[in-house]
Amino acid sequence: MILPFDLIIQIFVVICAVAAITVKDLLSAVMILGAYSFFMCLMWAQMGAVDVAFTEASVSAGIGTILCIAAIMKTTRRTKD
Amino acid sequence: MLEFIVSKYNFWIYIILMMIGFYAMIAKRNLVKKIIGMNIFQTAIILFFISTAYKTGGATLPILLDPHGHGHGAAESAVAVSQYINPLPHVLMLTAIVVMVATLGVALAIVIMIYRKYGTLNEDEIIKAMK
Repeated sequence: MILPFDLIIQIFVVICAVAAITVKDLLSAVMILGAYSFFMCLMWAQMGAVDVAFTEASVSAGIGTILCIAAIMKTTRRTKD
Repeated sequence: MLEFIVSKYNFWIYIILMMIGFYAMIAKRNLVKKIIGMNIFQTAIILFFISTAYKTGGATLPILLDPHGHGHGAAESAVAVSQYINPLPHVLMLTAIVVMVATLGVALAIVIMIYRKYGTLNEDEIIKAMK
């Protein structure tokens, strides 16, 4: 585990998590959640869990984001909080 | 105390992320925001398990460099437990990621059905319309 790289990734992960739940547009929130998933998979890759990292990158960041975008296109993007 | 906080920083980040997800699940009124909070919560728990699997001191992936025993470096690379990262939490969390996406798909399908019936995603308006 490389310490400065790990700290930078963790700061980005926390920023993405806070931004994903505070932004007022649902499509932006889902996009920031995809960025969160990719930062998380980067963190796991440098922690030695390469299999978990590429499963997260393909399944959670890929298919999860696509499912969320499809659901938002079928409903609405506007939100009050 | 400061030493304790700094040496376990991965676990502190995990607690912070878990509380962010929990706050989103409880306090946000939009249903998609609740689902995003649930996703963050599950990812934080997976981060905790992966952090427990990590070992300091040059441990790498459990790959046998010389499996058929040519040369004398084969034996210690095959058997030394301190040389590789614990693979059991990795396998468990691989299953958890797949379950996470399945949960996400079912939750979004339910959200689409709620939107078709009530025309909104806000929880307060849905409860008001149900009465």
